[in-house]
Amino acid sequence: MTNSLARSSEIYDSSRRGNSALEELRGVFQYRDLIFQLIRRDIVARYKRSVLGVAWTMLQPLGMMVVMTLVFSRLFHQIQGYPAYVLSGLITWTFFSQTTTAAIHQMVWGGALLNRIYLPRTSFSISAIGTGLVNLAISIIPLVAIVLVLRLPLTVNILFIPIAMLLLASFALGVGLLLSTLAVNFPDVSEMYQIILMAWMYFTPVIYPETMIPPEYQRWMFTLNPMYHLVKLFRAPIYEGRLPDPQSLLMGTVISLVTLVAGWIVFSRAADRFAYKA
Amino acid sequence: MESVSNRVVALENVTVRYRAPEVRIRTFKEYVIRILKRDLRFKEFTALSGINIEVQQGETIGIIGRNGAGKSTLLKVVSRVLVPTEGRVWIRGRVSPLLELGAGFHPELTGRENVSLNATLLGHSMRDVQERMDEIIDFAEIGSFIEAPLRTYSSGMVARLGFAVATAWEPEILILDEVLSVGDEAFRRKCQTRMENFRSGGTTTFLVSHTMETVRTMCSRAIWLDHGRVMAVGEPQEVIQAYRKAEG
Repeated sequence: MTNSLARSSEIYDSSRRGNSALEELRGVFQYRDLIFQLIRRDIVARYKRSVLGVAWTMLQPLGMMVVMTLVFSRLFHQIQGYPAYVLSGLITWTFFSQTTTAAIHQMVWGGALLNRIYLPRTSFSISAIGTGLVNLAISIIPLVAIVLVLRLPLTVNILFIPIAMLLLASFALGVGLLLSTLAVNFPDVSEMYQIILMAWMYFTPVIYPETMIPPEYQRWMFTLNPMYHLVKLFRAPIYEGRLPDPQSLLMGTVISLVTLVAGWIVFSRAADRFAYKA
Repeated sequence: MESVSNRVVALENVTVRYRAPEVRIRTFKEYVIRILKRDLRFKEFTALSGINIEVQQGETIGIIGRNGAGKSTLLKVVSRVLVPTEGRVWIRGRVSPLLELGAGFHPELTGRENVSLNATLLGHSMRDVQERMDEIIDFAEIGSFIEAPLRTYSSGMVARLGFAVATAWEPEILILDEVLSVGDEAFRRKCQTRMENFRSGGTTTFLVSHTMETVRTMCSRAIWLDHGRVMAVGEPQEVIQAYRKAEG
């Protein structure tokens, strides 16, 4: 081995650190390969011992769709192609609830590691969202199949889906980071969040049609509900075959980006204190 | 004393203070209630207090002291895990902590997949990992088992793989929490040779140990910590003597 160590220029000075949010961003870029490995680990490990493997990512939402259709298709008969309507809503919601929950748990799991080695502390939340995005992309396949089976119009507007996914991921990461910051201090935030998630889902038209809610309630239930807009951004291009309406696009974009930036800043600022908690 | 330009680590007045509620508050609800009732008292615990240390490149620093003296906290401060409450930490070069081998390994992944995961956790890029993969597998003496899931490994194999990954790259600053006893006699000797090579190659080492013999033979300087304060620094032999005398 050669002695090339003398000229190392990598300097860390605890008294001269810049803005915590920007430092974190730089760290994540440096550790990008780690984030990729963490995503791979989550996807590979999840299905390694199952016979059907990744197929479960498609079967799970399909199963839920079948159940919902059996229970609700009579009730919501005014919705054309209800299976596709409910499936598009379900996979959006599942992505959000799973990734934000995973972000909290990853923080708890990673906490032990963060206590021993230096890592950009957002790595675990980002990889949780990344894993969710892969699963979301996979579960779009059965959705497209259902759309075709029901002979709903499949148009070029489906190309909007990646943008919807990106906005959804930004919002989920922002929420995940805010919740992780809380959960480090209060472990039972994760339990509380499950209840909130359940209520939140019923406040969002995932399984029922928008029109079911009287107009006087729609304003506070929908307009101010980020997930309402994000579900619409995802549902319009694939289920209705059209681009989402500008209001939802605007609201969805603004809310997602604001949440992401807020979550990133709050988390990065609190991150130095995480190691003190153990 | 060597010149300042060879300095790799400098701690200036480093203090680490934990602040914990007197009663452990488990739930958010309890926290809110206590804030409202103004019943939130904190207890402070000083793990390190006003530490000043300068370390030159190539030194091997042994840290001794009783349990809870602040040894591990000091290592955490140097490895960037803990940002001090007060004071300044200055480090030139990449720090490689060699604590608890195989932390972050996943039982369902193969040995090879775990090598990639562990190496990137330590901050290496995938390009670096691919370059050294064969060397790591070789050193760990894992053979064809490398494609099997980690849960099928013996604990010795896991430790060997952990050591092989952690030491595959010559570290600039090495952090050792207790000297490792990995695998059988032959493998231990291999580990030792690798460590010797690091030291002669210019690696700076921080080592925590309860075995005075290790500190005496391996270290160029020793630091004795007690209650988060530096009691003595200098020639290992002298520091150990002072420590022994105080302990009775």
